[in-house]
Amino acid sequence: MPEVISSQGVISHDDWVLVERPAEGETLTLPSGPVLVPLDYWAANAGELSGRGDIGVWLDGHDDPDVLAAFANDLPVIAINFPKFSDGRGYSTARLLRERHGYRNDLRAVGDVLLDQLQFMKRCGFSSFVLRADKDIGKAASCLNFFSQGYQAATDTDEPLFRRRA
Amino acid sequence: MYVYDEHDRQMLAERVAQFRDQTQRALAGELSEEEFLPLRLQNGLYVQRYAPMFRIAVPYGMLRSQQLRRLARITRDYDKGYAHFTTRQNIQLNWPQLEEVPDILAELAEVEMHANQTSGNCIRNTTTDQFAGVNSEEVTDPRPYCEIIRQWSTYHPEFAYLPRKFKIAVNASPHSDRAAIQVHDIGLQIVRNAAGELGFKVYVGGGLGRTPMIGAVIREFLPELDLMTYLEAIVRVYNRFGRRDNKYKARIKILVKALTPEGYRQKVEEEWAHIKDSPTRLTRAAIDAMKKHFTEPAYADLADCSDTLAELRFRHKTFNDWLTHNVHPHKRAGYAIVTLTLKKTGVPTGDVTDRQLEQIADLADAYSFGEVRVTHEQNVVLADVRQDRLFELWQALTPLDFAIANLNTLNDMICCPGGDYCSLANAKSIPIAEAIQRRFDNLDFLYDLGRIDLNISGCMNACGHHHVGHIGVLGVDKKGQEFYQISLGGSSQHDASIGKILGPSFASEAMPDVVEKIIDVYVNNRTEEEEFLDTYRRIGIQPFKERVYA
Repeated sequence: MPEVISSQGVISHDDWVLVERPAEGETLTLPSGPVLVPLDYWAANAGELSGRGDIGVWLDGHDDPDVLAAFANDLPVIAINFPKFSDGRGYSTARLLRERHGYRNDLRAVGDVLLDQLQFMKRCGFSSFVLRADKDIGKAASCLNFFSQGYQAATDTDEPLFRRRA
Repeated sequence: MYVYDEHDRQMLAERVAQFRDQTQRALAGELSEEEFLPLRLQNGLYVQRYAPMFRIAVPYGMLRSQQLRRLARITRDYDKGYAHFTTRQNIQLNWPQLEEVPDILAELAEVEMHANQTSGNCIRNTTTDQFAGVNSEEVTDPRPYCEIIRQWSTYHPEFAYLPRKFKIAVNASPHSDRAAIQVHDIGLQIVRNAAGELGFKVYVGGGLGRTPMIGAVIREFLPELDLMTYLEAIVRVYNRFGRRDNKYKARIKILVKALTPEGYRQKVEEEWAHIKDSPTRLTRAAIDAMKKHFTEPAYADLADCSDTLAELRFRHKTFNDWLTHNVHPHKRAGYAIVTLTLKKTGVPTGDVTDRQLEQIADLADAYSFGEVRVTHEQNVVLADVRQDRLFELWQALTPLDFAIANLNTLNDMICCPGGDYCSLANAKSIPIAEAIQRRFDNLDFLYDLGRIDLNISGCMNACGHHHVGHIGVLGVDKKGQEFYQISLGGSSQHDASIGKILGPSFASEAMPDVVEKIIDVYVNNRTEEEEFLDTYRRIGIQPFKERVYA
């Protein structure tokens, strides 16, 4: 059973089904139930999809979050895919969605999501995490809080250490 | 020098605990090698040719005597009793055991040291001028800004998985650049504008390696309070748009070239417009608080003692040579900056034994307020020595082989560990350095040649900075044989340039002869006031080619 852990460390059943990008020439048919659709599919069908509580969007590493600028908060979930855990674009994408576009709903990390990166993801604004299948979600909560503080301002705090010290 | 507070100590303790846990999971097979790789790299640990190699951070090159003694102990307890000063003001151990690295980190943390981000695709150790704070030329002391950058870049949540490594260097001297800022991913030159305000001239996209490039200026004047937001904008643009498909094309310089410097500048300015007033913006109070960590030591009120020194110079030629070459003027009357050279022929460049580390610590305590600086040329600086004790210090240094007066000469070469240690290397570099040092063993001849930067790298990753050597040597592999390619005319100073390749490469035995021929051409063509680089720039590469390949 797929599970998701929140940035607060709460594990729950993951209801969202991620729909892959259709191959060239194929059309996408959505399964029933809550789905995460690729950004370009959503952009092409925004009129009919937006405002639906069961449709979220997922962004790939190269996707530009600016596309969602005006609509972000219409979406119940935005997922950011990590094609490889070592591909760090998703961290910037997350901060832009939160800090630039004011996105307030669930921001989910999907793909090659491991344990040791979770706290950085959380600091960049992710609020939920679907771990790679072979990783033990039971260990995630402690990884989310390994560091008691950070030096920088990020999505989680407006107070970089130099401001707290002053 | 920066002293940790409870925040720094707490985060560092957490980092050590985290890496201990990660190491255990790696050893237990819970983390694959691929998953462990960036974690261990960002804690300084490489897996090398014969053993792991462990790189310890020396932020902007500053070390206290207590830290040197701890390093000495660590090399004894966990390694083979020696360490290596790198070309990025860091320190490497060549023989640690993987399972002991968390213990080494814990020992380092006790003296406010670490190995954070000394490798991996993240923001690395920020480097600066080894004469920071003591040279009269600088606009202001760059170290408070280096420490501010260090803290911002340490465990930065957004920038731990950049396309490639990322290096920042800061310089504050208008006429010299001992930090080589134009060959860094970001180079910051501290300047004052017409109104007298402090700020930064910002270079991006410099670098060595496979595709050497001089950085481009994307901002002539960045006000000092805007430093962190602007750096965040530069790195964010790189993180989002830098290439990730090919590690050889992943450095920021490739992106800057693809977008053009103007195109990159526009993207940065656009990004920056959104975040320039964000909480990351520095405050006057934060800068002032940081500056308090870098106040002057308790200098005595002294006058310069030129007369006494002149007399001693007259009586002792070797002291005279040392004073001329290894001692630099200090901003404070009665003091001097002394460089200890670690370039003894027969000893791998930058290598020091545990005992030598302790000797340096003792010298720092006795002569320089307990602090030293490590240079990217792999020497060590005592920055605050009383002039009236220079002769005494020289006498103390001489038997320790730290007083070899070859600073900035042909024999003061930069040299990477090369094929003797490094798994990336195509060729050995240490024996080449040694053979050249043996050929040019007459100091007076070296002095007559003037300043010559000879830089040797064992592969194109260019840890030995060969591209910016006046004479650069690059080890290459040809069908399993080690060969050496020469380039001429590089410079890492304000007039930075990338050296031009002379021609086909040479076998190792030929190298001393080849260098000698290059020197001959210079000597035969120079005018009275010219240094090597001036002559090269005037006459071009052709005369050197003709002589070497005659």
